[in-house]
Amino acid sequence: MERLDGRLGFWSAGPIALMLTAFFLAPMVVIAAFSVMPQRVFEFTQMPDFSSYRVIFEQRIYMPLVWSLGMALVATLILFVICWPLAFAMAKVFKRFTLVVTIGVVMTLFVSENIRLFGWILTLMRGGLIEGHLRAWTGLSFESPLYDIPAIVFGLVYVYLPFMLFPLAQGISMVPDDARQAAVDLGASRWRVLWEIELPLAAPGIMVGGLLTFVLAAGAMAEAKLLGGQAVVVISDEIETAFTFGQNWPLGSALAILLIAIIGSLAVFAVSRLDLDALMGRKRS
Amino acid sequence: MSHDHHPIMRLAGVYKRFGDFTALHSVDLDVHEGEFLTIVGPSGSGKTTLIRLMVGMDEPTDGTIWLRSARIDQVPANKRPTCMVFQSLALFPHRSVGQNIEFPLKIRGVNQGDRKTRALELLSLLRLSEHYYHKRIGQCSGGERQRVALARALAFDPEILFFDEPLSALDYRLRKTLERELKDLHARTGKTFVYITHSLEEAMVMSDRIAIMREGRFEQIGPAEEIYAKPISRFVAEFMGEVNLFPVVKAADGLEGQGLAIKTNGHGAGADMQPGARGTLMVRPEAVRFLSVGEAADITVSGRLHSEYRLGSRNQYEVALADGRHVAVEALRQTGHAPPPGAEVTVGWDLAHCHLIAET
Repeated sequence: MERLDGRLGFWSAGPIALMLTAFFLAPMVVIAAFSVMPQRVFEFTQMPDFSSYRVIFEQRIYMPLVWSLGMALVATLILFVICWPLAFAMAKVFKRFTLVVTIGVVMTLFVSENIRLFGWILTLMRGGLIEGHLRAWTGLSFESPLYDIPAIVFGLVYVYLPFMLFPLAQGISMVPDDARQAAVDLGASRWRVLWEIELPLAAPGIMVGGLLTFVLAAGAMAEAKLLGGQAVVVISDEIETAFTFGQNWPLGSALAILLIAIIGSLAVFAVSRLDLDALMGRKRS
Repeated sequence: MSHDHHPIMRLAGVYKRFGDFTALHSVDLDVHEGEFLTIVGPSGSGKTTLIRLMVGMDEPTDGTIWLRSARIDQVPANKRPTCMVFQSLALFPHRSVGQNIEFPLKIRGVNQGDRKTRALELLSLLRLSEHYYHKRIGQCSGGERQRVALARALAFDPEILFFDEPLSALDYRLRKTLERELKDLHARTGKTFVYITHSLEEAMVMSDRIAIMREGRFEQIGPAEEIYAKPISRFVAEFMGEVNLFPVVKAADGLEGQGLAIKTNGHGAGADMQPGARGTLMVRPEAVRFLSVGEAADITVSGRLHSEYRLGSRNQYEVALADGRHVAVEALRQTGHAPPPGAEVTVGWDLAHCHLIAET
């Protein structure tokens, strides 16, 4: 019986394995292959010359990548700082009110990201909700914060807040209350408890939240296009341009591979240091 | 054990309310320097609330707490020179055994070398070998974790060491071992220990004094032997183990109660009671014995042997009297010449072993 079960299990994993190979792995292989082709070719029959990678560094096309990773890093750090108190309250203080916060935050995900970003444009633009009212009531005016880098980071923070908040709350809920109380009893100040007990014990949640927001923000495009008004070009935008207007598939592929390599190694590093079992509530061995 | 005139900790008129619920009603308590005091009570009696106030994890609604000559009831736990061993032990799972023990020293800014020296001293004090220093908490057994938690608390070098039922989750044999070790540790360190538990046995084995709690008040505080032999209420008598209780009324020359006529000749139990006053006569089962024909005792009753329980070293018997009441008898196993179940028996005890609880 056991052997039959094993064989059935093996064969029933077949369809999904085939599908993943065809629709996930194959495009990656195609991209990887294109990335080593000469410039502006549309077939694999050329000799690979890795010229795209040279072009990226010689013509400083890596700048969008730097911008994307930099803004993603700043957004992730800001999110961590602003989400920690709320996540702490959700995990340890709010009790039933946590559900209200959860529903409130999740509700925002029901509306398309672009529509929400347009909402911010109407709010923040000159003559928009804030500046318009201020001018009508007091005669004072100010420059719109839109179309600059801080506006992009604000957009990233706004859009990816749930992806930091919920893992963080999950991580904090894993910190035993009596470990915190014991630390206080043994003389630790509030900051010492945060540093010695809460941050290390909530680390899996911090890792997951940080990884999710960083990866999503690094690949984000809408915030830079809508709120940033092309103040900077982000990597997803650059890749899209290379494939479409630029008609340079090898360059786009090389940029994509670079992004995948950086984010992939980061994710592998983080996940390898992570006790996923503990996060899922299973017992530590 | 030295009893100073000034207690190391004094609670005066301490109240704790949670909304409408009053968890502590005007609690007064003196903790003596160097004693092993155990606070015993059933769950919900307020003992955990009390210990949280004493270590500073909560503030009293009313009343004062003094540590020697300093008033501390508003001082938070991290500013008090006391510490507690938690029921869950509250060890830090992400730190090694050594780091756990060194934690209070690290907070105080003691340098690494001195910290390690002290941690190793404490490990050996608690009979854990040196190689535990680098072990993870997850690799330690239940008993080893108890010792690590104790070592960590001792590293803090508290004025008073509190315990919140740390042994309750352990199996019987390990609990017995650790009870003795704790008592021994108390003697060796000379520190003041305040221990809370719902287990009377734990309290009896370890404590110098026992305080019995009931519904947010102390019912009785005193040496273990006194509380066992001379409880001031039915509650304490019943809480301190199996007991026979007989309602009695003071008569001119003794006590009377439902078929018991006891001549006290003006001394012994109930001597200071007014005639007509009500009370409860208490006798512990181990003071009651089976009487053979012609054997005498101050007080005797007859009935049928109803049941027998083996408690290991002792046996316990229940004798059903004619009026439906039961009398518990306890005897050492070896002396077991007890009659078979169902037999008619006479049991008796002496006045010297009785204690009279006056009606309040």
